[in-house]
Amino acid sequence: MTQPPKGARRSYGVKTAPYGFLLPAALLFLLFFALPIGYALWLSVHKVEIKGLGLGKGAKSEVWAGLENYGSALADPEFLGSALRVLGYGALVVPVMLGLALLFALLLDSERVRGRSFARLAIFLPYAVPGVIAAVLWGFLYLPDVSPFHFLLEKAGLPQPDLMDGGPLYLAMSNIAVWGGTGFNMIVIYTSLRALPTEVFEAAKLDGCSELQIALRIKIPMVMPSLVLTFFFSIIATLQVFNEPMTLKPLTNGIPSTWSPLMKVYNDAFTGGNIYAASATAVVLALATFALSFALLRISNRRTTQGAGR
Amino acid sequence: MPQITRRSLAAATAVLLGATALTACGSDSGGEAGAESGPVELTYWAWAPGMDKVAALWNAQHPEVKVTVQKQASGDDLVTKIITAAKAHKGPDLVQAEYQALPTLVSNDALADIAKEVQGVEKQFAPGVWQQTTLGGDAVYALPQDSGPLMFFYRQDLFEEYGLTVPTTWDEFAETARALKKKAPKKALTTFSANDSGLFAGLSQQAGAQWWTFEGDNWKVGIDDDATRKVTDFWGGLVAEGAIDNQPMYTPAWNKALNTGEQLAWVSAVWAPGTLGTAAPDTKGKWAMAPLPQWNKGENATGSWGGSSTAVTSDSKHKEAAARFATWLNTDPEALAALVKESGIYPAATAAQTSGALAKAPDYFANQPDFYTRAAEIAKTTAPAAWGPNVNVAYTAFKDEFGKAAKARTEAAFGAALTKLQDTTVADLEKQGFGVAK
Repeated sequence: MTQPPKGARRSYGVKTAPYGFLLPAALLFLLFFALPIGYALWLSVHKVEIKGLGLGKGAKSEVWAGLENYGSALADPEFLGSALRVLGYGALVVPVMLGLALLFALLLDSERVRGRSFARLAIFLPYAVPGVIAAVLWGFLYLPDVSPFHFLLEKAGLPQPDLMDGGPLYLAMSNIAVWGGTGFNMIVIYTSLRALPTEVFEAAKLDGCSELQIALRIKIPMVMPSLVLTFFFSIIATLQVFNEPMTLKPLTNGIPSTWSPLMKVYNDAFTGGNIYAASATAVVLALATFALSFALLRISNRRTTQGAGR
Repeated sequence: MPQITRRSLAAATAVLLGATALTACGSDSGGEAGAESGPVELTYWAWAPGMDKVAALWNAQHPEVKVTVQKQASGDDLVTKIITAAKAHKGPDLVQAEYQALPTLVSNDALADIAKEVQGVEKQFAPGVWQQTTLGGDAVYALPQDSGPLMFFYRQDLFEEYGLTVPTTWDEFAETARALKKKAPKKALTTFSANDSGLFAGLSQQAGAQWWTFEGDNWKVGIDDDATRKVTDFWGGLVAEGAIDNQPMYTPAWNKALNTGEQLAWVSAVWAPGTLGTAAPDTKGKWAMAPLPQWNKGENATGSWGGSSTAVTSDSKHKEAAARFATWLNTDPEALAALVKESGIYPAATAAQTSGALAKAPDYFANQPDFYTRAAEIAKTTAPAAWGPNVNVAYTAFKDEFGKAAKARTEAAFGAALTKLQDTTVADLEKQGFGVAK
């Protein structure tokens, strides 16, 4: 580190200015991001030791636990079960939601469509409804005794499936996510479709390409980067699903308190009062999300750079 | 990057330190300010509506002790907040806590033992209620505020229509449920709900269960005992044979079932009129209340569902003043009258249960003018409840396991659920390191 000469005060000020500007953001990052993460890590390697009845002063003390919490988090069948449930749920949600988003984006982008801005708004609107409220609304529609669908099915003499239990529960839960998430992903894909150069399509048309072929052969490969992006967001959102199952839980016997990994973390921390185990589970979940996202990114990056040919 | 000088780092550190120093000052000034001069200042975390008005009464009469009510959260959420505040030693002086949360709070060293400060208060409460504040030992961790004795609520008009009699024993209850199913297959007497553990705990208390007790340094979990098994088999049997419904309470579907008369009865507590008023507004005046059915003819016992207490925290600098306020709040006739009026609670103090404040039946039960007179009779018979340090874990396990059982609709599933409930509770105690008796 070289000390600036005394006469160079001004240039010193200019050189440090960027760090001054960075300071607020860095401080906020430290206080509200790095610090809590660090605290969670610290908690995850500690535990409480209780003596006897655990009543009164000094009966509880915080001690070092090493990797014990991680061991029990990974060995917990509830955690594994919740992870599997969420993967099943994600296998339904992600393809359907992104497929619909792409379809809507391509339809809106095609030349013959009418009422474009209205349709765009209508598809996007559910995204503006908070997840908890969406879950409550759908919950009312699913409950056999109050659902208008069940009422109509009964009038028509058709069987009425119980959507709040077993296999259909996954459909019911996925439906809420698809309903709420399609609009956002559609906007992302649509925006990148609008940014594509039109000469390419004109050239294709002159060569006798149909709208469908343009969509399949030109548009989709060219918006691949935004598809990857939306895929990513969807995977992360799936692993972190919490609002919907938590809101639907009191309405049915079919959703256990550890349905999704985050519900398990919440349950450990706030009903079991064990923030140490909960922190360890949260760290495991974060690492898994990170690893999954990173692996998928690597694969898709290779694909898109080859496929788009730009 | 040589330009990050020590000076800018130091400046950043100074800003950070300054910020922490400021927040530290800010939160300190609340509790201790009045210690030397002026009145004693107490903060009270409570969720009962209108509690600030009741505290205002105290403040007007006791200028030397000023109580400020803060509404932080309610029920279990408040428990989490109190524990967090106790860890940081920034807790209030007084808190409202549900009975089943007391052991959890005590085990987190959040509550003070006020046995010395509240000597002689015990006789103002039913023994079954009082026991919950002592955890069965010599210490007193809270004063009972309200209680929720269990009762049987039923649709008087529909019982007449279907020619049903009000059950006085659980056997008669089962017969009534079956008789109704025969006459109206689409209706049900009631439902077994797996989403509120408090009701099941109360029903088990009535049967004589003591879920948590301790001997020496060891907790003993008695969830899977004869009494609770009797209750489990009874309700499991009714669900299995289809005599009652298996869907949870407090859902839009449940509201509809009560409001349209699809369900004719509800085993609930003294606070039921309020809940029924919102769930089934169209059936106002058509309900009646009777004592809870008994296990054997001639017995006279009930359990409790809900209710809360006032506790002094271990961080309070003015324990004596805080205990004095808690005693006034829960035993003084004027305070109790105000609690009934402003907060709509059912007081735990036995004298208040027959006082003028409760002379009139709740609006919803205007057809039963002696509602509170009968309620007071029932409240006297409340069986003792025994809570332990991981009630929350047991309650969550109840919802999961009995939810599965209700879904499966077999007696065997109910039996297995109870075994699992006991095992989960014991395993959690052991995992946490509590002494557990086998």
